[in-house]
Amino acid sequence: MSIKEIFNTMEYGNAFESAQQADAWLESRDRTLLHYINGKWCQPETGQFFDTSNPANGKKLAQVADGSEQDVAEAVASAHAAKAGWKKLGGHGRAKYLYALARQVQKHARLFAVLESLDNGKPIRESRDIDIPLVARHFYHHAGWAQVMDRELPDYEPLGVVGQIIPWNFPLLMLAWKIAPALAMGNTLVLKPAEFTSTTAILFAQICDDIGLPKGVVNIVLGDAKAGSALVAHPLVNKIAFTGSTEVGRILRRETAGTGKKLSLELGGKSAFVVYDDADLDSTVEGLVDAIWFNQGQVCCAGSRLLVQESVKERFLAKVKARMAKLVSGDSLDKNIDMGALVDESQRSRIASLVALGAQEGGVVWQPDTPMPTTGCYYPPTIITDVEPASTLAQEEIFGPVLVVSSFRTPAESVALANNSRYGLAVSLWTENINLALDIAPKIKAGVVWVNCTNVFDAAAGFGGYRESGFGREGGKEGLFEYVKPRWEAQLSTSPVLKAGKAKAAKGDAAQVVIDRTPKLYIGGKQVRPDSGYTDVVRGANGQTIAELPQGSRKDIRNAVEAAQAASGWTQTSAHNRAQVLYYVAENFSARAAEFEARIVQLTGKSARAAKAEVEQCIDRLYTYAALTDKYDGDVHSTPMRAVTLAMKEALGVIGIVAPEEGGLLGLLSVVLPAIAMGNRVVVVPSEATGLLACDLYQVLDTSDLPGGVINIVTGDRVALTDTLARHYDIEGLWYWGTAEGSTLIETEAAATMKRTWVNYGRFYDWHDDRVATSEQFLRKATEIKNIWIPYGE
Amino acid sequence: MANMPSSGDAQAIPRNPGMPFRPELFQHIKINKSAVERRCDSIVKRRSVKKDHQVAWLLKAITCMDLTTLSGDDTPGTVTRLCRKAMQPVRADIIARLGVQDLGITTGAVCVYHNMLATAVPAVAGSGVHVAAVSTGFPAGQIPLPFKINEIKASVAAGATEIDIVISRELALTGQWEALYEEVKAYREACGEAHLKAILATGELGTLTTVAKASWVCMMAGADFIKTSTGKEPVNATLPFSLVMVRAIREYHELTGFMIGYKPAGGIKTAKQSLDYLAMIKEELGNAWLRPELFRFGASSLLGDIERQLEHYLTGSYSAQFRHPMG
Repeated sequence: MSIKEIFNTMEYGNAFESAQQADAWLESRDRTLLHYINGKWCQPETGQFFDTSNPANGKKLAQVADGSEQDVAEAVASAHAAKAGWKKLGGHGRAKYLYALARQVQKHARLFAVLESLDNGKPIRESRDIDIPLVARHFYHHAGWAQVMDRELPDYEPLGVVGQIIPWNFPLLMLAWKIAPALAMGNTLVLKPAEFTSTTAILFAQICDDIGLPKGVVNIVLGDAKAGSALVAHPLVNKIAFTGSTEVGRILRRETAGTGKKLSLELGGKSAFVVYDDADLDSTVEGLVDAIWFNQGQVCCAGSRLLVQESVKERFLAKVKARMAKLVSGDSLDKNIDMGALVDESQRSRIASLVALGAQEGGVVWQPDTPMPTTGCYYPPTIITDVEPASTLAQEEIFGPVLVVSSFRTPAESVALANNSRYGLAVSLWTENINLALDIAPKIKAGVVWVNCTNVFDAAAGFGGYRESGFGREGGKEGLFEYVKPRWEAQLSTSPVLKAGKAKAAKGDAAQVVIDRTPKLYIGGKQVRPDSGYTDVVRGANGQTIAELPQGSRKDIRNAVEAAQAASGWTQTSAHNRAQVLYYVAENFSARAAEFEARIVQLTGKSARAAKAEVEQCIDRLYTYAALTDKYDGDVHSTPMRAVTLAMKEALGVIGIVAPEEGGLLGLLSVVLPAIAMGNRVVVVPSEATGLLACDLYQVLDTSDLPGGVINIVTGDRVALTDTLARHYDIEGLWYWGTAEGSTLIETEAAATMKRTWVNYGRFYDWHDDRVATSEQFLRKATEIKNIWIPYGE
Repeated sequence: MANMPSSGDAQAIPRNPGMPFRPELFQHIKINKSAVERRCDSIVKRRSVKKDHQVAWLLKAITCMDLTTLSGDDTPGTVTRLCRKAMQPVRADIIARLGVQDLGITTGAVCVYHNMLATAVPAVAGSGVHVAAVSTGFPAGQIPLPFKINEIKASVAAGATEIDIVISRELALTGQWEALYEEVKAYREACGEAHLKAILATGELGTLTTVAKASWVCMMAGADFIKTSTGKEPVNATLPFSLVMVRAIREYHELTGFMIGYKPAGGIKTAKQSLDYLAMIKEELGNAWLRPELFRFGASSLLGDIERQLEHYLTGSYSAQFRHPMG
């Protein structure tokens, strides 16, 4: 085309980023990507390789080592050997390496970006302007956390060897999200990139080598699911961090169940993009482009479900379609495209079949009439209207450039629709009304809330989900805790520290039963008889029958969970109000101290003095959590944009608590109080030895203004009740102090709903030790952090 | 022939007749500044114009330029020099080597004070270059309304084919939208056949929301163009102001079918910036707006940088300002 013709047509033409240096780099490695283990480039033990290609044109980029169990074992051994030295290096020593990594990423920024786009198919604009700068930022930020670890996290220590498995949609960025905090906190690691996208991980390994990172601290094993499974199964791995599909996440939850391996899962999503009638609609359209046509929609937190207020629906959709018609698809290295290639043909055909299904189910599919590349792996931007919650496409993650649309009438309905999902990763809210935005944000079950923006990320802010979107946070201070453990954890005993009771003969004259008393279950603020109609005998320390405790069953658990779910007012009320209730419980508990002391003596045969001390410590604990209720609050993160980024601590919701066998009333209160202080409602299964005390306790609760349903107590067979709780779909968390087998069961069953579990793996706590029994860990486990991004400016 | 398009699609664009004052069309507007800025950051990175394409786009930028001098020390001598530059904005040998002689590249207009019309109008006569006069007590607009109307009439009588008026910022800042509507409508009447370009002085309006509302009021009152700035405010044309204004233009077009022109003015100094603006217009309004009848840069130093870029394209060597004739 001549200049004159262009003058008249005003076309953009192509603007290709050169692949020359990336090609040269691949050539320098003979187009063969090897494992990086113990500071050396290693051939795959099996001698097997597979090809990786550019999805924009199908051309082979390199062959990739196909990692085996043996390769993984070597890498883990190398990380294991390096861990003591890396930890001993200290915060400042590690900070210097992380800083060097950040610098190296910046120095090679363009090579990283071009390789990433070649390998993944994503537009060079995105890899250059978004992915790689975020990678550098992540290493800088975490160099800082390494430096200040001792002062900011004095009571925590590294986990040891971390296994990390990352996806293909943001290969280097996900690597950074995994590696930077792990190294900062003093862990060594083995990382396995996705099989479609290994190249930038190898360039990263090269810069680790260049800066002289100690051998074995970072190990990269290439390969497919075989290598991943081997990594997960390896006994020397202390933690698995995974980003990928919910399906695989579930498998990992089951495979690691009971092993004591820490686990963080960042899984799928079906995040809502909610448009209210007062939104700046033109800007909202651009937000939607960032939400669902960023990275071809292959984003776990993609705003893939558009919920638009009915009053602006037609206007908004007209604007969206007009905008879609301007989106350009093409080669990832062309600087004039909006969308590149999908990562692989398998992905394209999956998207196509889901869209076909959507049409079959009554969705109206619309795609702009714009030219698409004739070769390579592409899918056009797509919008499907009339997709109601009952449609498969409103529920299933498509992981492609496909937006589904439904409408709502009121803010309350927008919340209901947004939350009508098994996932809970992110939500984007568009309104010019800050009252509305800040009202809705806490009501959405999502780890990330973007107000009038979408898909913004930063190292200083946590990212992660609820429900089947997984658990754990990446980024921010909250993300560090995925890579450390409290120091006291290592000291937990494998045998009981405290007596569970029945230790010696009691005097038998305490708490004489004058009138027959019938302890019941405590559900929804009411004392109820067990569904089974049976009771269990409770004997005192001297063997005498003291009472008959109700034998709770699965139906009682069902009722208790329903009551707890209904008591959501407790979560919404102010922390001050919750604190007042807890103080009031302490007051009434204290008034009946003598009664509890006598009961403790009767049940356990402890001395009166010991019983008095225990009751006193219970009151102390009540005061502690009443005090902390309005102290353990959120943060405002320093993200590099004109925005307030709130890290809000939220109650999980309903937590099942299987209380410790030992520790008596103190143990019971120690696990229940932090949960309710933070606004959770609980279903407690007390130990058989503590059941009667729990029943005594509900009389105190009844007189202390604790709303019904906040604490529900179900006594009975712990194994059976634990199993019911573990399988229940409508509880958000499950805490367990019991046997190793019980812990394994819970972690296995929790995979179905991805409920947050906290188990003791059969180890024992000293409930008298404040350092352990009131550690921050309790509050941390009782809450989850939601990051709310609120850009401002007028 | 003064109103004939100077290049490109010669199809005449129906003039915006304006419409009755309907506040419900703009009162609800709320512009989200952060989201607008984000779009502006992204728009210039989503599109890149290189090599032949860049040359063609820069030539387009020249044809969409109001070559401007608005100084207290303007004289017939300096204005004549500017007019000659407007008629022959690029060295003839460069035009020849680019093979675009028959595009007849000139700037869209020259833009001067009323007192310079006597020099400018005859200087560009027959060239296709329009003469725009700034008016209505430019730049502050703090003179009585009858004076403003008379100034417009005098400039039209003196041969100006475009009148760049300034709105009364007071009316926009205090929400007297109907009064602003009446004021601009009166200007439009005073303009007669001459085109009215309404300067909002965006840098003085405080918020993007006010900029959007003022854009609507001016279009309703019959403005042919809406324009950001006088070039004398502390902040002049920016991409965010532009995005808000062109989106208002788009919506006005969807509603009425009339195409309103857009003129960013002040602060656009580099060839790269001009490409960013052209890309924004292309993305938000479409190719139809990429012509001088509907898009103008108000600029004085932009041309110099474009000339250097054009020569660089031909020679591969970076150019120098002294190699290009002064305007």
